[in-house]
Amino acid sequence: MPKLTIDGVEIEVPDGLTVLQACELAGKEIPRFCYHDRLSVAGNCRMCLVEMERSPKPIASCAMPAAPDMVIHTDTPTVRKARQGVMEFLLINHPLDCPICDQGGECDLQDQAMAYGYDRSRYQENKRAVSEKYMGPLIKTIMTRCIQCTRCVRFATEIAGVEEMGLVNRGEHAEVTTLEKAVDSELSGNLVDICPVGALTSRPYAFKARPWELQSTPSVDVMDAVGSNIKVETRGREVLRVLPRLHEDINEEWIADKTRHACDGLSRQRLDRPYRRGEDGRLREATWEQAFEAVAERLEDLPGAAVAALAGDLCDAESMLALKDLMAALGSANLDCRQDGAKLPAGPRGAYLFNTSIAGIERADACLLIGSDPRREAPLINARLRKRFLRGGFPVAAIGPQRDLTYEVAQLGEDPGALAALAEGEGAFAGVLRRAERPMLVLGMGALARPDGASILGMARRIALETGMVGDDWNGFNVLHRAAARVGGLDLGFLPGEGGRDRDAILAGAASGEVKVVFLLGADEIDMSALGKAFVVYIGHHGDAGAHRADVILPGAAYSEKNGTYVNTEGRVQLGRLAGSPPGDAREDWTILRAFSERLGSPLPYDNLGQLRQRLIEVNPLFARLDQVAPGAWGAFGSETPAEASSPFLLPVDNYYMTDPISRASVTMAECAEAFGLAAPAKRTGTDG
Amino acid sequence: MLQDKDRIFTNLYGQDDWRLAGARRRGVWDGTKALIALGRDNIVDKVKESELRGRGGAGFPTGLKWSFMPKDPGERPSYLVVNADESEPGTCKDREILRFDPHRLIEGCLVSSFAMGAHACYIYVRGEFYFENSQMQQAIDEAYEAGLVGKNACGSGWDFDIYMHRGAGAYICGEETALLESLEGKKGQPRLKPPFPAAVGLYGCPTTVNNVETIAVVPEILRRGVDWWKSIGRPKNTGTKIFSISGHVEKPCNVEEEMGIPLKELIDKHCGGVRGGWDNLLAVIPGGSSVPCLPKSICDSVLMDFDSLREVQSGLGTAAVIVMDKSTDIVAAIERLAHFYMHESCGQCTPCREGTGWMWRVLGRMVRGEAEAGEIDTLLDVTKQVEGHTICALGDAAAWPVQGLIRHFRPELERRMEQYRASKVAAE
Repeated sequence: MPKLTIDGVEIEVPDGLTVLQACELAGKEIPRFCYHDRLSVAGNCRMCLVEMERSPKPIASCAMPAAPDMVIHTDTPTVRKARQGVMEFLLINHPLDCPICDQGGECDLQDQAMAYGYDRSRYQENKRAVSEKYMGPLIKTIMTRCIQCTRCVRFATEIAGVEEMGLVNRGEHAEVTTLEKAVDSELSGNLVDICPVGALTSRPYAFKARPWELQSTPSVDVMDAVGSNIKVETRGREVLRVLPRLHEDINEEWIADKTRHACDGLSRQRLDRPYRRGEDGRLREATWEQAFEAVAERLEDLPGAAVAALAGDLCDAESMLALKDLMAALGSANLDCRQDGAKLPAGPRGAYLFNTSIAGIERADACLLIGSDPRREAPLINARLRKRFLRGGFPVAAIGPQRDLTYEVAQLGEDPGALAALAEGEGAFAGVLRRAERPMLVLGMGALARPDGASILGMARRIALETGMVGDDWNGFNVLHRAAARVGGLDLGFLPGEGGRDRDAILAGAASGEVKVVFLLGADEIDMSALGKAFVVYIGHHGDAGAHRADVILPGAAYSEKNGTYVNTEGRVQLGRLAGSPPGDAREDWTILRAFSERLGSPLPYDNLGQLRQRLIEVNPLFARLDQVAPGAWGAFGSETPAEASSPFLLPVDNYYMTDPISRASVTMAECAEAFGLAAPAKRTGTDG
Repeated sequence: MLQDKDRIFTNLYGQDDWRLAGARRRGVWDGTKALIALGRDNIVDKVKESELRGRGGAGFPTGLKWSFMPKDPGERPSYLVVNADESEPGTCKDREILRFDPHRLIEGCLVSSFAMGAHACYIYVRGEFYFENSQMQQAIDEAYEAGLVGKNACGSGWDFDIYMHRGAGAYICGEETALLESLEGKKGQPRLKPPFPAAVGLYGCPTTVNNVETIAVVPEILRRGVDWWKSIGRPKNTGTKIFSISGHVEKPCNVEEEMGIPLKELIDKHCGGVRGGWDNLLAVIPGGSSVPCLPKSICDSVLMDFDSLREVQSGLGTAAVIVMDKSTDIVAAIERLAHFYMHESCGQCTPCREGTGWMWRVLGRMVRGEAEAGEIDTLLDVTKQVEGHTICALGDAAAWPVQGLIRHFRPELERRMEQYRASKVAAE
């Protein structure tokens, strides 16, 4: 614990800190451009110069380790002069085009120039111009604005794990460059955030708005099961952009590209009024009364067993609970929140959680991936795995199709046979797991969403127990969910009741005619043709697969348009917040169900969100523990029957950019899919094809 | 003046055989085993005592530098890296050692490596030095064959390997940490210090980087004794030094001389004097392109060593004396140097990347007088904003020549501006 003096105040700081960090602890703000907490230190912008006694020259505080008895001055004429000098140098070749720059208003260079800039330029020569670089559909470059801080280069290399950026040439001609193709990372949007100037800006957001026009709402992401903390920024009711919000235990300060850029999908393909299917088989606009009437008519005299409900991937816990209660009122036990058919058990809770926790990955010392591609299923969890990998001593192996995860992965096989062998203790990696102090495994939906999923779950449990993954202070058994709604649904029991049908049975029943009415709560990922002649009520926000099949559409709210509770893959309960109202006649989903129950004559017992949340906590007290990770209970789960040894695991995400109704409606995501060759070529029209 | 018996580089002009046999005749490899037998600490102490200062430009005490190397190496090996990336304009002394006296360097490498516990030494040679590299490599091969290096080098019991590495021609790779980056196969950009190379150097291991001349004189200091070495030169500026004199002298040459020799004597004795006589002298850059120039009034009496030149706000640098007579366009000369530093700036840190270009462009106009008088102070201010604010010393090296120009030749700059203005008025 070195003790140093900063501007006359003595302060003791933890070991291993830099002078800059020590100054921050002492409450001194040090300007910086190249320095970033989560990246390696470059020390090249020279903005953070401070004076150190007994040093003839000012020192770069970001790179100097804090040592005992240092005497630092952060605000002397020398320091000010040095910083003003650096600022002047940064500005001589900067275009000063703030009025047309999207970074304006949230630009580090602009802000620092207010503090350290001269009001006029002494530079009379011509300014340097730098040619633009192509970085794909998400990032717009105006490289003349670049100040060569190399944050982007370090981010791409260190965090994203794609060595696709670099600084070429020397001196004045030094420029950040790319491979002239889209940056092949699911985290590329963060490059825009870390760029301290307007060199890298968001292409979809270009010239859309100024930061001071936007209203910012703290919320939670639903594009994957990570539950990244976000800020939804709106003007009026339109979501213009999504930015990350710091949460050290989940997303740090990054978010994935789908989280950030799928938001334009929120204003396309929206269901903004109720519809019902007419006798000619076409969907027609209807009033809420007419739509409710149509459903109520169909439900009349129907036994509960003929009614079923499936919940989708983006649902909030409140609306799932309302639907569950409605189903109970209808006397139906046919409900399932596992629309992908994953063989997840109802409990114990430890059987379906990411028990290690995301931050806990950093304590692990060996990892086995089973049927999972974390890079596409949960990019931020992959970034944590990479972060841990870079520290060394973290062997990773995978069973399932091979994909580039940005770190070294040993491939053990593609099918359950390889998993069985590992469970028997065969192969070198079994020894690695046994010897590790805190080994972990990640079970993906590619392993569970298959007919023998329960057997695989059982096998994974066996491996976890036999390699010592489950102990008092460490649980290395992890299920990596893909859907933001899934853990919430499991926690509140949106699962078949006694004698009820699960997803497969619901689909089979619908096909055979035994199930006559199916409620789809934002469930779009099932095979709609399997629903047969069933009467389908779709409650959701996008005109996606479910709406096309529906007989009645009840327009709901997307995640940015409602206050909802979500539970992420770790089992962390978080609140999403309303940032703008739903379009047209659309309503928050639970209010639709509440209103419909009134129409049926047995109103659900809650009149406002507060009462509904009260009910949620009654169903499972865990919902009261906001932003906490409770250790998942452990017990027996999974099946002992052998799995189909030779049927290889299939990964659920082929096209990262289009996995749910929102991202499928997004133009930006479509452009990404095309840029990375993931989309089928667009149909050409008569004139250009 | 240095007597012939005190010369170390007796084949500086290549008149003698450069191979092992010739080197042996000149005293190289004489009792090397005994030198090593002095012991590690003893050698470092003797070098400290000799007050030998680094010959690469900064003049840092060599023995002190060596003493930063860890005594107990642990698991990480220690390395000696010899900086033969001689790229400073005006400097051509290491080249002569590499091609005409390679064995002296190899012997120095062995003794120095032993003194800092290094079993391996890398010589980083400037890429353009193809011939020198070839000579050096042949000499190394000879030394291996003769058992002078390699396993049990010279029968001393010390295992020692020596490798050559050719650079690719960037001036900045002569900066010690950029050199290490380049040697590791990366882009040659200086590293942040601390950590210093003695703690984290080549491949993350303790490393000392020394200039060719520094390493080459070490065995001779040990052989002839510290007292002999200290009897040459002045206190704190001891021993002999190779001076490279170029420019407007009758006979430009490299010469080994005593430290602290008067500049005038150096030029008159060895170079046949300034072209057109001493009174025709305009200015001298005494230590390679990166130190401030000196006007004739100072050159009249200044002594050529680290401390004397520092007193007159210049520096000994690499002791590359660039002589300019009155036919020189001094502004254009410094402008050319400014261009060199702009071209060679690595572009990593802001003041150097942006400031070198700015200085060069302003000087470009000043050559023609196309500037306002106030811009001289702006330019001086810019040099101060670069100096001392960068990761490595290239920023300083770019700033100093301009500062020297303004310090000593401000009237000349103003005269040109006046002339330019007058010509404009006349044209109208």
